[in-house]
Amino acid sequence: MNELIRLLAYMLGIAAFLGLNLAYLGWVERKGAGHFQRRTGPKEVGPYGLLQPLADGLKLMSKQLVVPTNADRPLYMCAPILIMVPSVLLFVAIPFGEHLVPREFNFGLIMMFAFASMAGLSILIGGWGSGNKYSLIAGTRAVSQNVAYEIPMLITAINIVLITGSLDLNEIVRQQGSYIWNWNVFRLDKSILMPVSFLVFFICSLAETNRTPFDLGECEGELVAGYHTEYGGMGFGLFMMAEYANLVIGCSLTTVLFLGGWQCPFGLFPGPHWFLLKMYFLIWCFVWIRWTYPRTTFWGLLNLSWKYLIPFSLVNLLLTALFIKVF
Amino acid sequence: MSGYFKEIITGLKSLAIGLQITNKEFFTKPITLQYPHESVKMTPRYRGHIELVKDPQTGTHRCIACGMCEKGCPTGCITVQAEKREGVKGKVLTAYILNFTTCSLCGQCVENCKPEAINFSNEYNLASTRREDYIFNLLQKLHPEGVPEPEIDPELLKKEREKKEAAKKEPAKKAAAKEGGESKAEEKS
Repeated sequence: MNELIRLLAYMLGIAAFLGLNLAYLGWVERKGAGHFQRRTGPKEVGPYGLLQPLADGLKLMSKQLVVPTNADRPLYMCAPILIMVPSVLLFVAIPFGEHLVPREFNFGLIMMFAFASMAGLSILIGGWGSGNKYSLIAGTRAVSQNVAYEIPMLITAINIVLITGSLDLNEIVRQQGSYIWNWNVFRLDKSILMPVSFLVFFICSLAETNRTPFDLGECEGELVAGYHTEYGGMGFGLFMMAEYANLVIGCSLTTVLFLGGWQCPFGLFPGPHWFLLKMYFLIWCFVWIRWTYPRTTFWGLLNLSWKYLIPFSLVNLLLTALFIKVF
Repeated sequence: MSGYFKEIITGLKSLAIGLQITNKEFFTKPITLQYPHESVKMTPRYRGHIELVKDPQTGTHRCIACGMCEKGCPTGCITVQAEKREGVKGKVLTAYILNFTTCSLCGQCVENCKPEAINFSNEYNLASTRREDYIFNLLQKLHPEGVPEPEIDPELLKKEREKKEAAKKEPAKKAAAKEGGESKAEEKS
């Protein structure tokens, strides 16, 4: 019974956290986009445009759901739901604080990757189901991109698993000490290439969440709006929200694996606030990067993965194994 | 192989420089103009719709209602209405109507105007959903609170009245003269 209440409370908590984040990350992104280009961003609806997400939501909900005649109706309808489900589900395993985990899995990391790779599939379903060639091209692009970037991401994650000897996300955080040099980014005693592998992981999470400069799946210059060209109203809204949910997940995972999760950088008051601080810093970096770099070409994207990220992560994996064996 | 690493290093460096630039822009003040609340000050050479120029000496327009603008307009979008009044030299402008829906801003009217009574305005906030909103009475625009009555020159008025009376009297005189002539003729006969 106690367990049930605990789970219900976590469910509500995650729903609230997620809802707030999905609504206000859009606002943060627009504000950031504005100020990076010396504009002001939304400011008319409410003070500092803070009611803008509400207005957007109302607008999206009041729109008619149109299914194109060429569309594969069941696939078309289920793609936005399918992309949202794993994003929400993944919050189950994220350790916000030492005792603030919805459910501690001893295989949390594997679960994260398993469900995160579903995003590519649902994008493909959405692209195929729309019955539109632009959407289809976007879907295939998203899949090949996700496949290309999942490999270096997984290999880099294996580094962490080698170092900590555990797949439990909370255990991974616990093993990173409470000082900044004990975090996995700076653990040069385990492998001197750890900062590089952090960079590789960061770039991969950028690509996995389909963010600029890797948003080849929805590049509006070539493919109208990519896989969500044919979606309007809340169907589009779900795709949009799933993007932000994936952003939160990607940043949480980077925080957990490399930046010491809920650990404090100088050994004082570890807790969820540190986790949130690091996560939001990473999200801000994502926004910053999005409004700085232009989109890459598709071959550039694949080259980056196969010619740079994968060799680097493989060398790093070997080095880590060597360091652990020797020292 | 050395090219491979060189490319990575120069690439990362250029990416960092890009981030620095946007970061700098982030902390500078936005240059957005909040349009409905503020508006741009137009340059004097901006060609808006035409307007009547206010003469600083008389405080009113300089139009003499010659109608040259009306004649020169290729689309016929100008209508000048004027009337003759007692005691005022020349014609008095009663309405200067510009149909802006057909105006092409060619400036022929401004070129043609001898007393330089019309010029381009700086107005550009002209969005409307009704066609009638684009038919301007420029005289009303110049004097929104009411068009001032033209000054009456007493001497001119006197002269005009005299002339009129003279004109009235003339047929009577002629008639009298005729009658007189006839009577004379009768007398002669």
